[in-house]
Amino acid sequence: MTSLELRNISKGFKSGKVLDDVSLSVKAGEIVVVFGPSGTGKTVLLRMIAGVHYPDTGSIAIDGEDVTDASPEARGVGMAFQNFALFPHFSTFENIASPLEARETPAGRLKEQVGAIARMLKIDHVLGHAPRELSNGQKQRTALARALVAQPKVLLLDDPLRNVDAKLRYEMRLELPRLLRTFNAAVIYVTQDYKEAMALGDYIAVLRNGRIEQWATPMSVYREPVSIDVARLFGDPTINLLSCKLTVNGTGSITLFDRRVPIAETYAHAAGRDLVAGLRPEHVVVSESEAPDAIPFDLDAVMPVNVRSVLYLRGAKGEELLATVGETEAAKFGRGQRKVWVRFAPSHLLLFDAASGQRIAPQVH
Amino acid sequence: MNQISTFEKIVRGVLIALVLVFFLFPIFWILLMSFQNNDQILRIPPSLFFEPTLQNYLALLTGRLETTAGNLDIAFMRNLGNSLLLSTCSVLLSLALGVPAAYAFARYKFRLGENIAFTLLSFRFAPPLLVLLPLSLFFKQLHLTDTYIGLIWVYQLICLPLILWIVRGYFEDISPDIEHAYRISGHGWWKTFRKIAIPLARPGIAAAGLLAFIFAWNNFVFALILASAAKQPVTVGALAFVTASGIQYGQIAAAIVLSVTPTLLLALYAQRYLVEGLSLGAVKG
Repeated sequence: MTSLELRNISKGFKSGKVLDDVSLSVKAGEIVVVFGPSGTGKTVLLRMIAGVHYPDTGSIAIDGEDVTDASPEARGVGMAFQNFALFPHFSTFENIASPLEARETPAGRLKEQVGAIARMLKIDHVLGHAPRELSNGQKQRTALARALVAQPKVLLLDDPLRNVDAKLRYEMRLELPRLLRTFNAAVIYVTQDYKEAMALGDYIAVLRNGRIEQWATPMSVYREPVSIDVARLFGDPTINLLSCKLTVNGTGSITLFDRRVPIAETYAHAAGRDLVAGLRPEHVVVSESEAPDAIPFDLDAVMPVNVRSVLYLRGAKGEELLATVGETEAAKFGRGQRKVWVRFAPSHLLLFDAASGQRIAPQVH
Repeated sequence: MNQISTFEKIVRGVLIALVLVFFLFPIFWILLMSFQNNDQILRIPPSLFFEPTLQNYLALLTGRLETTAGNLDIAFMRNLGNSLLLSTCSVLLSLALGVPAAYAFARYKFRLGENIAFTLLSFRFAPPLLVLLPLSLFFKQLHLTDTYIGLIWVYQLICLPLILWIVRGYFEDISPDIEHAYRISGHGWWKTFRKIAIPLARPGIAAAGLLAFIFAWNNFVFALILASAAKQPVTVGALAFVTASGIQYGQIAAAIVLSVTPTLLLALYAQRYLVEGLSLGAVKG
């Protein structure tokens, strides 16, 4: 059952068009992450669903009912703001109770429900406090509790973990999906952190320049990004991008680092075009010893990041390449400044059209 | 680290006392004068010691002024009542009109919005005397001369721009997201205005209301020209103390003490709203 459906939404402000023909639908119990760099209209999209902004064209339906022109209070959605937007002159209890109070819930049930959600979010001990007495984490949980308490059919979360510290953000990333499942709402979650998007989303909608550039599951956004831009947004360190040209001479191949790299037949339709090959750093295999098919590189620097280290590599012609290796393996390279040999499996290469930036999908005949 | 030494404390106390003496001495002197008769007031050198008399207050309260040249009726209590009525009504009217208007100017962009807001502010630029001549002609035609309604209307020139512009700033400081959150929770706009916008702007509304009250209370020329004795406030009524047999300093002092009292009480009452915490800590970022 589709709980939320947006059809061909466009919206412009004086400064220009913010959203251009955006359509998406979310089922009950599904989490859709709207991901994109700042200024791509994520928040505007969310506010349009909430009724704070109205679309120029297109329609919004909640539970099959058209709410395009409905006022915010008539939509029955829950929303948590990035800046929390708690009511400063209300206590935590009153903040959370506000959606129930609007629905004229009897006092007894109201108290019960607020207590239940507060316990679930571990803020039941601060219900009597004013918002200014809460820590950022507690504020964020209060905002979340307020959005959830009335069990809305549609739940909008506007980068709710943006303003909390790293530890809490990590905890919440683990806790949120479980919590959200229990409410069976259609969830739209806005973020500009790709890890958060991958951790929380059933689907990810990559929003760029007011359009949905890709709509897919987290794994396929990562493995099969539709364009160079999407490939660049997902992954840390970012994907290696190398210019190349596909020549077909019996078998297809591209030239990378002065080596011929065989390319599968299914890419034959892209022959002769200027391409960009994308290679994820974790797919680069670096070794200290020479091998016949390995390419020599200078290892410029090693930067440890948690359990994986990032290697900065430089090719014979100065081409830069990033690779990541595991902790134990990284120890072998010390601080860098040495010669290493690099290999990669051609099957890991992503090919993009250099002009349009779109990924070239393999064609199976 | 942040300990204040005794010496610093003393210096601070002395300096504060000096400032207070400088600003409060005239008021203190007036308070003393209000308990003296004209002879005691005018003796040279002046003295802090005298036999206090309630004569001045009695004269004001009974409305009979006994001078060497004979008895004189004064309508001070009536003037005081007029002042209260005029100032209170005009501030209440200004708040009723100005607060919603300020909200509209703060939250919504509409055609000519800025121009309208500025025009309202510009009422404060015009010298009252310049406005008065055409105004008195209009009022004669509209039969508003010497009516409370007419005066309250004219007082809007003083109160409305003040309230509009001060309160607007406070509304602009409230994050619109707080109101959005309340709407999304399921409350209508009117309830949002009442429960969120007004309470959060209350320090501003209190400050603007108090200021408007003081300005209205102290107004002199509008009432002097547009009202007769029966409708005049204390500021105009005080002229009556300049009599044929001399200036009644004692009564003037007593009148000042009495007429300062309502404003003082209002200020004390408004104080708790003025210092009320703002939206501190509700919104981050």
